[in-house]
Amino acid sequence: MTDEIGAPRGHIKDVGIETGAARLTPEIIRKTALRMLHEEAGARLRTYLDICVRCGLCSNACHYYNSMGGDPTYSPAGKVKETLSVIMAKNGRVDVEFMKKACEIAFTECNLCRRCAMYCPLGIDTATMMLFVRRLCHKLGMVPQYIQDTAHSHSATMNQMWVKEDEWIDSLQWQENEAREEVPDLRIPLEKEGADVFYSVIGPEPKFRAQLIYQAAVIFHKAGVNWTMPATPGWDNSDMCMYTGDMEMMSRLKKLHFETALRLRAKRIVMGECGHAFRSVYDMGNRALGWRYPPVPVIHAIDFFHEILTQGKIKVAQKYEKPVTIHDPCNIVRGRGLHEKLREAVGMLCETVIEMEPNREHNYCCAAGGGVINCGPPFKMKRVLGARVKGDQLMEVHKKGGVTCIAPCHNCHGGLEDILHHYKIPMDLKFLGDIIYQCMEK
Amino acid sequence: MHSLYAFLTGSMVWVSVLLFLGGSVYSLVSRAVMARKMDKMVYSYFSLHYALRSIFHWVIPYAARNWRLHPLFTFVTFTFHICLIWTPLVLFAHVGLFYEAWGFSWWFIPDLAGDVCAGLVLACCLFFLGRRLFLRDVRYLSTASDYVMLALVAAPYLTGMWAHRQWPGHETALLLHVFSGELLLALIPFTKLGHMLFFLFTRGYIGSEFGAVRHARDW
Repeated sequence: MTDEIGAPRGHIKDVGIETGAARLTPEIIRKTALRMLHEEAGARLRTYLDICVRCGLCSNACHYYNSMGGDPTYSPAGKVKETLSVIMAKNGRVDVEFMKKACEIAFTECNLCRRCAMYCPLGIDTATMMLFVRRLCHKLGMVPQYIQDTAHSHSATMNQMWVKEDEWIDSLQWQENEAREEVPDLRIPLEKEGADVFYSVIGPEPKFRAQLIYQAAVIFHKAGVNWTMPATPGWDNSDMCMYTGDMEMMSRLKKLHFETALRLRAKRIVMGECGHAFRSVYDMGNRALGWRYPPVPVIHAIDFFHEILTQGKIKVAQKYEKPVTIHDPCNIVRGRGLHEKLREAVGMLCETVIEMEPNREHNYCCAAGGGVINCGPPFKMKRVLGARVKGDQLMEVHKKGGVTCIAPCHNCHGGLEDILHHYKIPMDLKFLGDIIYQCMEK
Repeated sequence: MHSLYAFLTGSMVWVSVLLFLGGSVYSLVSRAVMARKMDKMVYSYFSLHYALRSIFHWVIPYAARNWRLHPLFTFVTFTFHICLIWTPLVLFAHVGLFYEAWGFSWWFIPDLAGDVCAGLVLACCLFFLGRRLFLRDVRYLSTASDYVMLALVAAPYLTGMWAHRQWPGHETALLLHVFSGELLLALIPFTKLGHMLFFLFTRGYIGSEFGAVRHARDW
């Protein structure tokens, strides 16, 4: 792989895209595109394309557009113009170079954050169209290598990080042992039937953020929660297949996740602090399986933490003293309206909150979401440059005295870490669980 | 010229109205059928309450954040759409034609107000043209058809004013006025002007998704 960090669009070489493209011919593209247009381009997609009056009001909704000096090709309507509009207008008669560019745009220049849908007077959902292009790329076998590797892991292991079944159990027992040094009677209950809470996490937690499982266990234990985790595949709620356009695999993942919770007869699923996984379980995966709403009630950790804090099940020993700011993850804010509960929880835990502007539903994405960070190092610099406006927001907070950024989402953490580093903003990052664990009575 | 005028104000009126109504019904029904087959979630998640909540916020000037971020555009676009739709419906000359043909009429605005409204539509069209020509992103997004649409929208108002003000060549302008008006009406369901028909549904659907599923505002 050629790692051309900072290279302009169209010049970044990704082995997944290049290798896939090498196998393509215009005829293969046309046949695949025609089949997809016939089978999957429904009324929504066609109406969006038909009625967009190209007024440009979506432009400033997009952090890429705002960060890239107003380059119009980064506006949401511009990205559609560069990709799907042409594919539709030409009935799939596009060449390989065109598809390479469309692939790069759809996978690495749109976080599917749905802010532009909020800013379009006609309610056009650009994310739906970008996902359509990604799915076409998936069907053409042309997907950025890093995210495709993750999708392969999902297929082979039913988790995101190639975690083997025994490694999963080992990681939980390891964290239980660690935590018992602090809280001697703590357990991480495995395979417990009929629990109130089925706690699910994303693959990176057992892989390299295991302390989050430790912290969650302490919080649940102290709050007296009747909870469990499964010892079988189905524990991972994450889903990069949703973002590669592999909707069949997304459905398999969600099916296993729901069936595992149902097998254990759990009353509800509580998900760790991850945005995309929540979108997958709460919003997209259930639909693909034919469930209007998930078959088991699903709540995000923020919702759950808010609940146990307001019910007094967790007591705050000492508030977090450093001034904090709140990063609103797209998938739980525009995706679930949890911004006020997040603020109420942070208010109970922290002395001082300095808001970024704009915030809540109008937040700027960290530019890591939508699988963009999962496209890996080749696209890292473009991602960080595409998040300049988020860097500006954080810098403003820093100038006002902000020290800590609370971001209740894994992908946001990855993106924000890179932003803080690149734009030289001396702030630290925390999950809400980090703050609760630090401030609670233990 | 008289026979052409009679043709344009006779048969062609019916043709354009039928194309507009028939085309609109066809567009909406065919999309509804397609959605039933391929976008079943539209029916599952469509919520009248949240659809209206969203539409309400977008048809009130400056109620949505994006309207507030574009104060001049918002003023112009609301002025444009209000004048565009209401002027032909309440113009004395048009109401008079209905009275002559069918013997009934309704409230109308004075001629001067009609000219002012038509002038506002034209001024707004110039503003939109300016955006297409001079704003970097809008210029990039614009295609030839967008400029043609703008000209098509402006034509009946320009020629209408021309004819009413009896400027030189007003007889030809009157013919062009009737023709361009009919053309505009007939094209609504078949062009981007169709956003007039679909706005309620696309905005309503995203409002339903945001409200009923995602519990978030979308304005």
